[in-house]
Amino acid sequence: RYEKLIQEPVDNGSVEESESAGSSFPPTFSLSTIKNKQRRHLMFMKLKQEKRKQKLELRKKRKKERDALGDKAPPKDVPKTIENQRVYDETTVDPEDEEVAFDEGTDEFSAYFNKLTNPKVLITTSDRPRGRTVRFCEQLATVIPNAHVYYRRGLALKRIIPQCVSRNFTYLMVINEDRKVPNGMVLCHLPDGPTAHFKVSSVRLRKEMKRRGKDPTEHHPEVILNNFSTRLGHSIGRMFAALFPHDPHFVGRQVATFHNQRDFIFFRFHRYIFKNEKRVGIQELGPRFTLKLRSLQKGTFDSKFGEYEWVHKRHEMDSSRRKFHL
Amino acid sequence: MAVKSQLCSVWVGSETGILKGVSLSKKQAFNFCEMSCLTRDQEVCTMAWGDPHETEVLIGCLNGRVKTFSTEKGIFTESRECGDLSQGRFTGLAVMDSSLITCVESGLLKVWNEGSSNTAEINVGTGVCRMRQNPSQRHHVATGGKENPLKLWDLQRPDKSIFTAKNVANDWLDLRVPVWVRDIAFIQDSNKIVTCTGHHQVRVYDPSSPQRRPVLETQYGEYPLTTLSLPADQASVVVGNTHGQLAILDLRKGLVRGCIKGLAGGVRGLQCHPSLPVLASCGLDRFLRVHSLKDRTLQHKVYMKSRLNCVLLSSRDLELLWLHIPQSWPAKPKLPLITKRGVCAFFGVQGLYISGSNLPVSSQSSVSCKAGTADPGGPEVTVPASAPAWKILPWLLLAVWWN
Repeated sequence: RYEKLIQEPVDNGSVEESESAGSSFPPTFSLSTIKNKQRRHLMFMKLKQEKRKQKLELRKKRKKERDALGDKAPPKDVPKTIENQRVYDETTVDPEDEEVAFDEGTDEFSAYFNKLTNPKVLITTSDRPRGRTVRFCEQLATVIPNAHVYYRRGLALKRIIPQCVSRNFTYLMVINEDRKVPNGMVLCHLPDGPTAHFKVSSVRLRKEMKRRGKDPTEHHPEVILNNFSTRLGHSIGRMFAALFPHDPHFVGRQVATFHNQRDFIFFRFHRYIFKNEKRVGIQELGPRFTLKLRSLQKGTFDSKFGEYEWVHKRHEMDSSRRKFHL
Repeated sequence: MAVKSQLCSVWVGSETGILKGVSLSKKQAFNFCEMSCLTRDQEVCTMAWGDPHETEVLIGCLNGRVKTFSTEKGIFTESRECGDLSQGRFTGLAVMDSSLITCVESGLLKVWNEGSSNTAEINVGTGVCRMRQNPSQRHHVATGGKENPLKLWDLQRPDKSIFTAKNVANDWLDLRVPVWVRDIAFIQDSNKIVTCTGHHQVRVYDPSSPQRRPVLETQYGEYPLTTLSLPADQASVVVGNTHGQLAILDLRKGLVRGCIKGLAGGVRGLQCHPSLPVLASCGLDRFLRVHSLKDRTLQHKVYMKSRLNCVLLSSRDLELLWLHIPQSWPAKPKLPLITKRGVCAFFGVQGLYISGSNLPVSSQSSVSCKAGTADPGGPEVTVPASAPAWKILPWLLLAVWWN
């Protein structure tokens, strides 16, 4: 019986091999029909080994052909990545488009970009924050110049907003906390501007960063916004840009980066130094976190009665792995 | 310019003040704006057809001007000053016997005559969100807004409203239900009015019945409903809310028949085609979408670069729109498909269609058949609408053979 048990995989294996060697017709059996787990596992391992062998042979053959051609070999193909395969978004902004330029030039951030106002940020949290969120807010306040942290005493946002407007604040940033960890951010541009709601993840405070530099100074940092290509991306990018003052102090050599990749926005804060003309050294200071846009609402914070310019709808928008919105 | 505007079957007004015309058959959008100097206070607040033949589009702008755009000539022909920024935005535009009716947010409803003297001026209450004209009785106008209940006005007797809706009874906590009428529509062939509110309710009122409270009330979603529109077949209504959810509600029982997916931003403008099961929607996500109501799928999606405020569908270009909804119609033609309103019948042969009129047609009237595409020279065959299939078929075959 034991021999029989061993023989069967061998038999099936030979059937399997001949089929995979032939491979012009689909196999008439599939691994999932084998009920015995050990045998099924054996078959699966065999299948994987076969595939690996074939892949190696193919690669060797291709390398041989490439070496044989020598100089005349065609250039290597660019490997496919998800960013390469990204579905073209028709809302991608064309820099020469007049209408989009007019739309951007006269939107809610035009006051900042025409240098009429200076940013003043109010940072607060959801009610009764825990230590991690409190330290995160303090570090954010060192990173963003002219930012003030206030304790949220259970006050309603809709009542805070008119008071902020009267005290000339331009931004209201609320860090939401869940289970002792910051997990959301509401960024509201103040006079009557859009409100963005983000999901915050991977928060690393200054203590947890390895090989970091000294604490950030009071110099205004430079701002880098990467890869905000669509119209929605432009709006969000302008929102981040308007958080920081216009004139960066290059003396301070500090830079805040908002890098958008696959709809996730990575925030990093570095200090750089040019060793010579070609080489730069950077040290990371400051907190790092990732943001994902959940909704963009026109007007100040009003989640019930406000009009949404963009809402993330998971089942409709996340169906394709190659389609991004920012 | 004139050629471009004659092609367009959908007109959209944007927040930047640009009037956009979209030609669905050519899949192109054109901008029609006066000069290269645009300002944000020329933002389009409302749009309406200037005449029943849909050759003129009236555009109400934020700064109080009402501009007239001629679709045949492709230019703005007229511009009138009908209010200013202090009175609020335009909430409704209508045309009655060559006089213009405008309503603003502060509640001033004015009738502007051709000469410079304006006659009736009615104060409908503050916080008006929408003013709509009854398409069958053009001197009846309905208004409603935030804490401003639905009121039906007769312009020939402007001192008092014909019908003022009463608020519903207190809710289960015995609290007063707040009023916020966002959009109004008149149901055809009956006296009833449908409204949608900012508290996600849809209500049907009947002014001819003695009760001033709504005849039917339903709720949809959790977000304010911004617009509604009545499709060609009766007893249903399409509503859109600030989250970009579009739903078709049944007005007989008040149930949701289905939802239309695809919009990412709040719906600002919604219009159903008068005879085809087609719906155009525009919103804050800068896209114009045309859906088919039969299977709720997306037919066209056009990116317009600014946030859109209102949309107008022209009913004359039936054949162009019809060519793009093959999948919503049955593959085999069901004869006869000529109803009382003369809706198009579908045949597999090269664009044979039967154009109908949009006005209510009595059962004894005839429907004219025209073979070929946009060629006016084809044979015009008149067939009584109430004729059975075997009488119509030979005429249709004759028309096919002719072409």
